Amino acid sequence: MPSFGADMEAGTLVQWLVKPGDSIKRDQVIAIIETQKGAIDFESFADGTIHKLLIDEGNNAAVGAPIALLDDGSETPIPEEYTKPDTPNIVAATIETEATKAEALSPVFTASKNRATVIASPYARLLAAEKGIDLKLINGSGPNGAILAVDITQVQPRRSETTTKDSMRSAIAAALGRAKREIPHYYLESTIDVQPAVDWLTAYNRDKGLEEQILINALFHCAVAKALLKAPELNGYYEKGVYTPASSVHLATGISIRGGGLISPAILDADQLSPDQMMEKLKDLSDRVRNGGLRSSEMSSATVTLSSLGERGADKILGIIYPPQVALIGIGKPQLRPWIVEGEVTARMVVSLSLSADHRVSDGRQGANFLNRVSKILQKPEKL
Amino acid sequence: MTPEQIKAVIEEELLELAPEADLDDLDAEEDMREELDLDSMDFLRLTLAISKRLNVAIPDSDLAKVVTFNAMYQYLLARGAKD
Repeated sequence: MPSFGADMEAGTLVQWLVKPGDSIKRDQVIAIIETQKGAIDFESFADGTIHKLLIDEGNNAAVGAPIALLDDGSETPIPEEYTKPDTPNIVAATIETEATKAEALSPVFTASKNRATVIASPYARLLAAEKGIDLKLINGSGPNGAILAVDITQVQPRRSETTTKDSMRSAIAAALGRAKREIPHYYLESTIDVQPAVDWLTAYNRDKGLEEQILINALFHCAVAKALLKAPELNGYYEKGVYTPASSVHLATGISIRGGGLISPAILDADQLSPDQMMEKLKDLSDRVRNGGLRSSEMSSATVTLSSLGERGADKILGIIYPPQVALIGIGKPQLRPWIVEGEVTARMVVSLSLSADHRVSDGRQGANFLNRVSKILQKPEKL
Repeated sequence: MTPEQIKAVIEEELLELAPEADLDDLDAEEDMREELDLDSMDFLRLTLAISKRLNVAIPDSDLAKVVTFNAMYQYLLARGAKD
């Protein structure tokens, strides 16, 4: 069972999209796995042939437990416990990733308890929890019968009471509680002038239809991703006492779910995207957070996170780092403020740009340089 | 299209974005983004969907004119919304 984030402990195999004997390619979606954050499309991490599926649809497995055997063509024999006929479901145990990768027939998942097969969008899941609706009783109207938020609202009249503890909330609590205890955070904040970016966008959007509009949030994502290329101490993973800088910028973007909860899928190679491509990507992710179809690579490969509060958010955010990442960048609500430009007081759009970073890996000086770089990039948005 | 049909389309598209919203409680003179907790991406999505369904082009420069329910409705009515 793959992990789709530090806050995931187990998953339910909702649907296999392959069967024994199928040849598969790396990055091909081979199964749909349900987590606290909704149904995720699981992509294979290797080429090969499916030898055996170890867990049935509807069953649950802990992260790290094998779910299938993949024949990658090498000579390494199949571990004996999987060659017996009718292998009983193996109860989940911790399996070292390195060991798993080293085996030719990699056990990928295991089963333990039975659970019903339910695909639901994260928002639908949240609404159902709030209303006390059993998802198993709902017929979904989305792709593959996925339950969408609209299916839940149609089921029964609105009720005002909410459950105080839903599974997404406890998952967020577990991961961020650990982060806050273990990571020695330091925080920096700068207020930056984004008037040049606003002016550039106004001109860019002027003659375009609504489909082609770019929001300022897309420019923020581009500027942050490009600045991160020169900040290897903020972009990477800290695991078991060792920091490994990442070679690409996979920028997770916090997308809040209506009514509570948060999902941070990654924008892969975000530094390579132009503002219009970034805007498409943000629209696409926000659609898939709502309707399902997030991919495992987007849920597990983020190297750093950007949390942007948007035009109706608060002035600023000082966030908690999402382990094993080592930095979180926060952007507050853009606001019109009196500002001094060339000795004159003038009205400019400004925004709070903050950095929460891990002191085990970087220091304030490096963090400040990064914030200054983001600001510099945003002064020349035409170069993004 | 009748005024009622135009209103119904706006309501349907609002519910698409905010399925839990109680539109009876919506103040038609207030900013829908505030009333229904829509972010800028949601609002762009809303205007795009309505503009497509009713064949009314809403340029970027007019987005500020359609932020309340009534303003959106009047804007569409004045520009001959049709199926």
